[in-house]
Amino acid sequence: MAMTLAEKVFKSHLRDEPFPGTKVLGIDVVMCHEITTPIAINDLVARGKDRVFDPAKIKVVIDHVTPAKDTKTAMQGKILREWARRQGIKDFFDVGRNGVCHAIFPEHGFIRPGNTVIMGDSHTCTHGAFGAFAAGVGTTDLEVGILKGVCAFREPRTIRVNINGKMSEGVYAKDVILRVIRELTVKGATDCVIEFRGGVVDGMSMESRMTLCNMAIEAGGTSGICMPDEVTVDYLWPFISSEYGNKKSATEDFKRWWSDEGCGYVKIVSIDVSDLEPQVTFGYKPDEVKGVSEMEGMPVDQVYIGSCTNGRIEDLRVAAGYLKGRVIAQTVRGIISPATPKVFRQADEEGLIKIFMDAGFCVTNPTCGACLGMSNGVLAPGEVCASTTNRNFNGRMGKGGMVHLMSPAVAAVTAIEGKIADPRKYGKGGAE
Amino acid sequence: MKKFGGRVLFLDRSDINTDEIIPAKYLTEISKEALKPHMLEDLNLDGFDSRSAGVAMAKVIVTRGNFGCGSSREHAPWVFEVNDINVVIASSFARIFRQNMFNCGMLAIELPEDVIDSLFIHKGGEANVSIDFENDSLTIESVKGKDTFHYPISGFDKALVKAGGWVEFADSKY
Repeated sequence: MAMTLAEKVFKSHLRDEPFPGTKVLGIDVVMCHEITTPIAINDLVARGKDRVFDPAKIKVVIDHVTPAKDTKTAMQGKILREWARRQGIKDFFDVGRNGVCHAIFPEHGFIRPGNTVIMGDSHTCTHGAFGAFAAGVGTTDLEVGILKGVCAFREPRTIRVNINGKMSEGVYAKDVILRVIRELTVKGATDCVIEFRGGVVDGMSMESRMTLCNMAIEAGGTSGICMPDEVTVDYLWPFISSEYGNKKSATEDFKRWWSDEGCGYVKIVSIDVSDLEPQVTFGYKPDEVKGVSEMEGMPVDQVYIGSCTNGRIEDLRVAAGYLKGRVIAQTVRGIISPATPKVFRQADEEGLIKIFMDAGFCVTNPTCGACLGMSNGVLAPGEVCASTTNRNFNGRMGKGGMVHLMSPAVAAVTAIEGKIADPRKYGKGGAE
Repeated sequence: MKKFGGRVLFLDRSDINTDEIIPAKYLTEISKEALKPHMLEDLNLDGFDSRSAGVAMAKVIVTRGNFGCGSSREHAPWVFEVNDINVVIASSFARIFRQNMFNCGMLAIELPEDVIDSLFIHKGGEANVSIDFENDSLTIESVKGKDTFHYPISGFDKALVKAGGWVEFADSKY
């Protein structure tokens, strides 16, 4: 029978079906951070079950508030650190080596096509970019994942989103996903996975595919999914070269996960991006999206470039293209947070950090902090932030603050002008 | 099994997200009890006061669509749990929130929009909901009358509530 990628992953990982429609899957990768994991650890200790199903399959990072800002966040780090040590978890990323979970784990090649991945973080859907089923879960699911290596799901239906055409200059993956969310609405993909297909996706880097999949949850989706191909193989090659003789055989192997011809989709959406302009959110929901031309001129107090959506090297290169030789408006606080130490180092070696600092940006260490109003750039009531993050909820980046979501390109030119601006007016990649 | 039913808190808005239920700044707490005073603190709803008597007395929430969207934080069901609210009734839920509720042995009841509308008729004065867990039905009662509705619940979700949550269920089985 023809199956979707998600159905193939479910079939190959099925451990139990305790009730009709409920599938208990074996989990390949259980990811943990310091916000949602300590309570699970404390509960396991209290239950006398302080153990893990497989330390090699558990990946741990401190990323939300790091370095710790106060006693409470220091305690969260301490609980996680001590647990990782006593459980023999080797893949633990602490201060100096830590970065935003959904950026750093892919960098280390932890996610492979056909994997099942869970984490106590809603943006876990990012990892579906590798052809995996990757779902955000709560602390209880995480706790059972840590202890037993299983997680229960209703088998998700698949929405196929075909993205075709040719993106104009100044338009990026972020604009595409904002456009998709506008189409699907904030609940249009609940209990579904979103499969991103079409020529535009085929031509995207892994970084861009991660940007797409990252925001599947903003349409309610359980996981974003891309078909694993040559691009996936290239990205993972340093980690898989010993398993495969050559890239061609790796690609062939990956392709067995592809959704079959004739498989069942609950919905097919086709979007031509040829006329798509840069997209910006206007309200408190991620489906409240307009073209930048309708948003231009709105003053902002802060510009934030970073996060699991847009804090990767590709994003920083785009932002630097517009910021090179320019200075941000006096009325704006510019904050750039490279998502991982590798991204930071690369940006430094490529001269991007200098461009950002010359432009007047504050460059922070890798952390999630500002995106959810926890640290490193919290808004005051009434303030407005132009942000490359994923959520514009009321007060998300600080109580009483307003967030406009956008691409790194729009964010960069917005910083220059002090108000929402259109990157297309800056020529090719900001070169004019 | 937890206790279900009691005074209703009506939240007449769709897409209430988990940041509104419990803001991220409280995620540095490592006990559920510490969340208690901050329930619905940032809820964006006209006339709503998270410190009102109606909120303090609530045991059941009745609301609209896509409740609990956004962050996966289980702090959202927990802040309800420590405030003795073990039932949320909505026209739809975000997946992670709904699963988190059942994983904690709590009830996330999904009903069609027209049934939710008939529950909202009781908004205004004091309304109470009682739950007949064995028979999958709920009864709402106020000065405006009394109505009983059947609600759908999967075998798995029901088993989680009976077991007290997913940890208990999984531990006995896997």
